Amino acid sequence: MARRTPLFDVHRALGARMGEFAGWEMPLSYRGAAEEHRAVRERCALFDVSHMGEIELRGPGAAVVCQELTVNDIRRLRIGDGQYTLFCNQRGGVLDDLIVVRLGAERYLLVVNAANTATDYAWVRARAGERAEVVDRSAELALLALQGPEAERALRTLTALDLTALRPFTALEGPVAGVRTLVSRTGYTGEDGFELLVAASDAPRLWEAVLDATRRRDGLPAGLGARDTLRLEAGLPLCGTDMDETTTPLEAGLAWVVKLGKGDFVGRAALAEQAARGVVRRLVGIELAEPGVPRHGCAVWRDGDAVGSVTSGTRSPTLGRYIGLAYVTAGAAAPGTPVAVEIRGRRVPARVVARTFYRRVQRED
Amino acid sequence: MEFPDDLRYTRDHEWLRMEGNEGVVGITDFAQDALGDVVFVELPAVDATLAQGQVLGVVESNKTVSDLFAPVSGRVIAVNHVLRDGPEHVNTDPYGAGWMIRLRVVRPDEVDGLLDAAAYRAHIASELRK
Repeated sequence: MARRTPLFDVHRALGARMGEFAGWEMPLSYRGAAEEHRAVRERCALFDVSHMGEIELRGPGAAVVCQELTVNDIRRLRIGDGQYTLFCNQRGGVLDDLIVVRLGAERYLLVVNAANTATDYAWVRARAGERAEVVDRSAELALLALQGPEAERALRTLTALDLTALRPFTALEGPVAGVRTLVSRTGYTGEDGFELLVAASDAPRLWEAVLDATRRRDGLPAGLGARDTLRLEAGLPLCGTDMDETTTPLEAGLAWVVKLGKGDFVGRAALAEQAARGVVRRLVGIELAEPGVPRHGCAVWRDGDAVGSVTSGTRSPTLGRYIGLAYVTAGAAAPGTPVAVEIRGRRVPARVVARTFYRRVQRED
Repeated sequence: MEFPDDLRYTRDHEWLRMEGNEGVVGITDFAQDALGDVVFVELPAVDATLAQGQVLGVVESNKTVSDLFAPVSGRVIAVNHVLRDGPEHVNTDPYGAGWMIRLRVVRPDEVDGLLDAAAYRAHIASELRK
């Protein structure tokens, strides 16, 4: 049976359309994914992402283990700093993408994908051995995401924490609506926003307060349907869909995350070799010239040659155009390259474009 | 959910509105709600001949791709080109701006075999119980 977050009853009371995702019964939408998508781009919306996993590494060896298991460099993290990073296998294939937050001098919290939590936990434990304590805190914690240009204004009404000074990928701990919360300036929508980590038992109280504040800014509760179109417009890959053990971060356009010079880590040798040799395929953006939805697995053609395959696609709610992500051979990866996407046997004309289909405009307060 | 009394319905959740010997076809409020936000509608060419039950096109949301079936036999005399750039009309106005094709109906007896609004309501109630 699918698992439920501490907010399951709250979603049902709100009339959410529920669906299964990564073994969890999650809200897909409340009033409509397109409307929720627009709310995030124009105002703000609140998501329950408690299906995400949280694994904590503790002890004198925590930093060494974390540095060895992830491709980014954690040495630059001060307490309260977070960073986007990846677990890779020895071949450089992507096991998971995650955010690591340094909670204390010898404490690191790894926020991982729901589908991978159990395997990530086993992996981290096996690699850590006796060097660090590894705790799966997923069941005791809930995670809310408040996203959108109005998110700061909404959250400000509930906390004395200095949100304006909270930079992207940093976190602060303190009360929000009277609930002890770890507030980080992170998200998966391409907008400004926050993620709120709380004890599972406090989640309904925090949700209610934050949803009230969200509604006062004309915001909405939003489900995983909007989350997927938002991340796709922002060009953010989804682990398990746009990358997996058979693809490397260099192919997935995440070379900026991989710090080959930091010292040894799992996958380093394979990634260094690939970096030296050059990648043979790349994850690129594609935009169709005609209506049609590129789906995972649709073939990509160029001049009669199969050059790749689609991993994600949708009609961009913000742009009204049909967009997707696809792996194509390096020779077909330059923006502007004319290609065709095969949809139900028909080759729909398209072109390779920059992966960030949507980029938010920085607003002055 | 709304199911106008002046329409006929199929078990596959299309509706048919007869206007003389022409019929307008779309999908029901129930169907659009089940699909979620419609992102693409593929329709046949004008002049295409359809037999009752034949696939006439496709409607896609982010989560699913569904075939559309001809409620009755006929020749396509118009398609709703507005859906090309505005597939969301299927959600916001399934019986109006979200219409899909207009047919010249060749076998009026087929219309009598379709469900009326009450029978369609009973049909979806039984589907929901499944």
